[in-house]
Amino acid sequence: MKGADLSQILFYIVVLIILAIPLGRYMAKVFEGDKTFMDKAIGPLERLIYHICGIDAAQEMNWREYALSLLTFNLFGIILLFLLQLLQGHLPFDPQGFGAPHLTTAINTAVSFVTNTNWQSYAGESSLSYLTQMAGMTVQNFVSAATGIAVVVALIRGLSRRQANSIGNFWVDLTRSVLWILLPLSVVGAVLLASQGVIQNLSPYLTVHTLQGANQTLAMGPVASQEAIKELGTNGGGFFNANSAHPFENPTPFSNFLEMLFILLIPAGLTFSYGKMLKDVKQGRVLFVTMLVLFLLMLGTTYGSELAGNPQISKLGIIGSSVMEGKEVRFGVVNSALFATVTTATSCGAVNAMHDSLTPLGGLPPLLQMMLGEVVFGGVGTGLYSILIFVILTVFIVGLMVGRTPEYLGKKIEGFEMKMAILAVLIPSASILLGSALASVIPAGTSSIANPGPHGLSEIIYAFASSSANNGSAFAGLNVSTPFYNLALALAMLVGRFGVILPVLAIAGSMAHKKIATAGAGTFATTGGLFSGLLAGVILIVGALTFFPALALGPIVEQLLMWSGKAF
Amino acid sequence: MRKTSSLNGTILRQAAKDSFVKLDPRALWSNPVMFVVEITALLTTYFAIRDAAGATATSFWFDSQIALWLWITVLFANFAEALAEGRGKAQADTLRKAKSETIAKKLNGEKIEPISAAQLRKGDIVLVETGDFIPGDGEIIEGVASVDESAVTGESAPVIRESGGDRSAVTGGTRVLSDWIKVKITANPGETFLDRMINLVEGAKRQKTPNEIALTILLLGLTIIFLLAVATLEPFAIYSGTTVSIPVLAALLVCLIPTTIGGLLSAIGIAGMDRLLQHNVLAMSGRAVEAAGDVGVLLLDKTGTITLGNRMATEFVPAPGISAAELADAAQLSSLADETPEGRSIVILAKENFNIRERDIAALGATFIPFSANTRMSGVDLQGREVRKGAMDSIEKYLHAKGKSMDPQVKLAVEAIAKKGGTPLVVAEGSRALGVIYLKDVVKGGINERFAQLRRMGIKTVMITGDNPLTAAAIAAEAGVDDFLAEATPEAKLKLIRDYQGQGNLVAMTGDGTNDAPALAQSDVGVAMNSGTQAAKEAGNMVDLDSNPTKLIEIVEIGKQLLMTRGALTTFSIANDVAKYFAIIPALFIVTYPQLGVLNIMHLSTPQSAILSAVIFNALIIVALVPLALRGITYRPLGANVILRRNLLIYGLGGLVAPFIGIKLIDLLLTAWHLS
Repeated sequence: MKGADLSQILFYIVVLIILAIPLGRYMAKVFEGDKTFMDKAIGPLERLIYHICGIDAAQEMNWREYALSLLTFNLFGIILLFLLQLLQGHLPFDPQGFGAPHLTTAINTAVSFVTNTNWQSYAGESSLSYLTQMAGMTVQNFVSAATGIAVVVALIRGLSRRQANSIGNFWVDLTRSVLWILLPLSVVGAVLLASQGVIQNLSPYLTVHTLQGANQTLAMGPVASQEAIKELGTNGGGFFNANSAHPFENPTPFSNFLEMLFILLIPAGLTFSYGKMLKDVKQGRVLFVTMLVLFLLMLGTTYGSELAGNPQISKLGIIGSSVMEGKEVRFGVVNSALFATVTTATSCGAVNAMHDSLTPLGGLPPLLQMMLGEVVFGGVGTGLYSILIFVILTVFIVGLMVGRTPEYLGKKIEGFEMKMAILAVLIPSASILLGSALASVIPAGTSSIANPGPHGLSEIIYAFASSSANNGSAFAGLNVSTPFYNLALALAMLVGRFGVILPVLAIAGSMAHKKIATAGAGTFATTGGLFSGLLAGVILIVGALTFFPALALGPIVEQLLMWSGKAF
Repeated sequence: MRKTSSLNGTILRQAAKDSFVKLDPRALWSNPVMFVVEITALLTTYFAIRDAAGATATSFWFDSQIALWLWITVLFANFAEALAEGRGKAQADTLRKAKSETIAKKLNGEKIEPISAAQLRKGDIVLVETGDFIPGDGEIIEGVASVDESAVTGESAPVIRESGGDRSAVTGGTRVLSDWIKVKITANPGETFLDRMINLVEGAKRQKTPNEIALTILLLGLTIIFLLAVATLEPFAIYSGTTVSIPVLAALLVCLIPTTIGGLLSAIGIAGMDRLLQHNVLAMSGRAVEAAGDVGVLLLDKTGTITLGNRMATEFVPAPGISAAELADAAQLSSLADETPEGRSIVILAKENFNIRERDIAALGATFIPFSANTRMSGVDLQGREVRKGAMDSIEKYLHAKGKSMDPQVKLAVEAIAKKGGTPLVVAEGSRALGVIYLKDVVKGGINERFAQLRRMGIKTVMITGDNPLTAAAIAAEAGVDDFLAEATPEAKLKLIRDYQGQGNLVAMTGDGTNDAPALAQSDVGVAMNSGTQAAKEAGNMVDLDSNPTKLIEIVEIGKQLLMTRGALTTFSIANDVAKYFAIIPALFIVTYPQLGVLNIMHLSTPQSAILSAVIFNALIIVALVPLALRGITYRPLGANVILRRNLLIYGLGGLVAPFIGIKLIDLLLTAWHLS
């Protein structure tokens, strides 16, 4: 490992921690209704919204009501975004005169942005109008992220309340997430990115004469404002098809650093909010540490594999890295590896390098992180609630060994919670495995593959893992703009999103009912290094073993083949 | 009861037979993991037969071996369960002998009408005389008798049962040794204590406990997840240009799903109840055993549990101008005829401290004045001496009657003793107080360490006593309990339990009296003493046949041991999967991708032997762990973290490493014997 690379990674993590802790505290205050410095500015706006929408902010909901509100809201989001795309040709702010996209593409895109996946089976700059980008994509970038935060806040309430029936009000959690957290952060983010040269305009596309004498069209647009929330909300849907590898989205090393920082900021911060809301900071810290350890493990694998490179290219006598295909020269190996790990650790899916071109072993951690259900920091809100599912499993499997029936935070984990936790793990896994199994044997699935052999399998598995985990990054190489993939992946996104949210809310509801036992010397401690190790172990064993056969036939065998001189 | 617990040939043979009976899918249905194994065994058998018909000899040999081992896996799991049940069944047979047909002497007014015990109904009144078996459970309404309860308790010494009070319950199947009693029957035939006991030990009405249900859900979930992983392997294989045979997929599936814990889960539960039975405790449900492991607060009666039943004289505190020896002499005289334990202890103390020998009260020509509720004093009159002892207020009244008053120094001594938690007895001779005898509650030896142990286990101990707060506090401090409830009434007890439960604690207590019944019913683990009333036994969820309140601590330990065994084997089972993957995955695809041979880190000789070794290991580990499941893993009263670290090292790390070694060894044997 090179010293400069190491220090960049270290610097990134230190800055992340320094910013995440105060943000975590601030977010905890927002959801507990405590005073914050933003109240004066935003309070009236919040009250106005409630007034217009007829929301009684004091009215709490039980988990079923909460889930119903959430589903209704998201369903309307999907319909609205779908219609917006179909009608964009008849609406303003369409200087390039884009018409309606293909029906299945529109469905896929609508589901994709509402589920916080931002899987893009379209190329943004060549198919969507400014209005669709701003009123459709950007709005969903905010509210889909806010939905994730709302769910985890409801879960935290369920875990911390004593014999309660309600877990909060969805509309209030949604509104406060947007107004107090996402909006201010993305304003700051957009300004910072614009200062680095990320463009922000509504001009028609520019046509320029290149030095070679050819004509080139340069796509324009309100990029900076969408860029900040793309990362902060772990959305990942790029304004441009090349996403954060595009110089207008990510022009400088500093903008690259900022974007990576934005991606992990809220997910990391939420672990600290968790500790604060439970009034036990250790509970949050242990999750942060576990996530960080897994993150470094994944990063190390990707970075190490990229650094080792491709022996066949090195043999040709190339000086420097042998794996620069698909990477931006501006970012190099370390920042590409770091970005790839960051974006798949969370459910972001923005990319600054093409994951398809990573070495097989280097591409494995991104794939694995999505298969694990995005628990390594994970998406905004989703990461925390997904790892809490694994916490429940860990407490149940290992907790029995101290000689008590399992309990977490003083609450007994019984049949119902177990059923829901298992469903939350099972549903996305089933979606990934069944989807990619189907696609790998039917012509509609295999005909889209660009590279044969194990790499093609990796491409299919990656597509379903990315959709089911609501990540949205693509392995490229696979032509997903077909009716089969548009619909199959849209289904995977829906199943992967709501198949986890509903069990999580059910757990929140049933945990809220329970008594809290006071902890004593006989209680299984869910803090400290031992628990952190156990949690990581359960995540890796339960999560990864499910996919070991698939991984063995995809990236693992491909890497072995590459070492023995065969590439795909 | 504590006789037929060891494993013997009969039990083993019966269990072996039962493991085939249990192959019935309807019986296996409640155990989803084993049900899946049985389906795969059937499927593999079908393929093996098809191979035989199609005369593909090599795959027949391989498939039939897989099929065989899959069947063996199910049989081993069935055997574990049958073995656990077998011990209970043997005990039930012993109990049945006690339930032999008896003729009851039913009373119709004054007339005796002999009827069969099976015809007795609740509310009937029967007469039981010397040598008769008591025909059913009931309350004594008249009379007193010594009863041989060894059929139920295993204790051969007879016990006294009498009407009124807390010793009035009798159990059907026990025998009256002397005297006669009239018993009011309280249970219909089939519902008696003995019937329930037989049902319990046989496991006839065994229901899954809440934790077992949750664990079964987890195991089912893991099974489905691995089913998906294995089922989708075929399409991936087809994509990669190969296919995997169904028997091989079946083998992989069975290796991955948690068969170890799935096969042993019910055996662990039955064995837990059985272990309680070894301690002569009957749990009315598995739920109670599980709750015992979770108990956070123990309510312990002071008398009999924390202190020896009686107070003992420990010191003579003389009044001014009197020597301690003089006081001891008078105290001894007054106690010579006093047969109460307190009285005896005074005589013993006088001998120990002042070498005052026991005297024959009759030879002295003394008259013993027994304790009366009226004077609340006892004493002796001899040769003009008049010695009295009693509580301070009664002696004071006695002195007042003689126109004298109590020495203030004596009063101070009395107060000091009361403050220390003792009971002061004032001794007076003639018209003056000689001094005070310090009677003390003697805390049982070793109980202090026991409570410290419990504290380390995270369990709070609360002493329940009828004493005043001052006395209670002193004894509580000496015994080392965490808290106490003084001047306890049944209502106060009930409220205390509810308070602790409100804080999320599970509460365990013992009780024997009818007034304990509400508290026993409210508590999460209520252990009724077998010597107690019928009401208490009905209210609790466990009965201690030895009537030993200290046993609560063992009960908690057994509950914890049960849960730990479950957790340890679950962890072991899941950790096993890592090695099995490394055995099977390279074997599956070695032909298509020879490079995957790198993953064959155990260097298993051939793909066939790799798969077979994994399946064989998977089956053998179940039977290898049967003794552990039945015995339970070792429990030491330590803090949660220490226990966890220890168990993780053994069952977590062991679970990771053991299969690597085991599979390799089996592979070596298979290769040496040319079996694959």
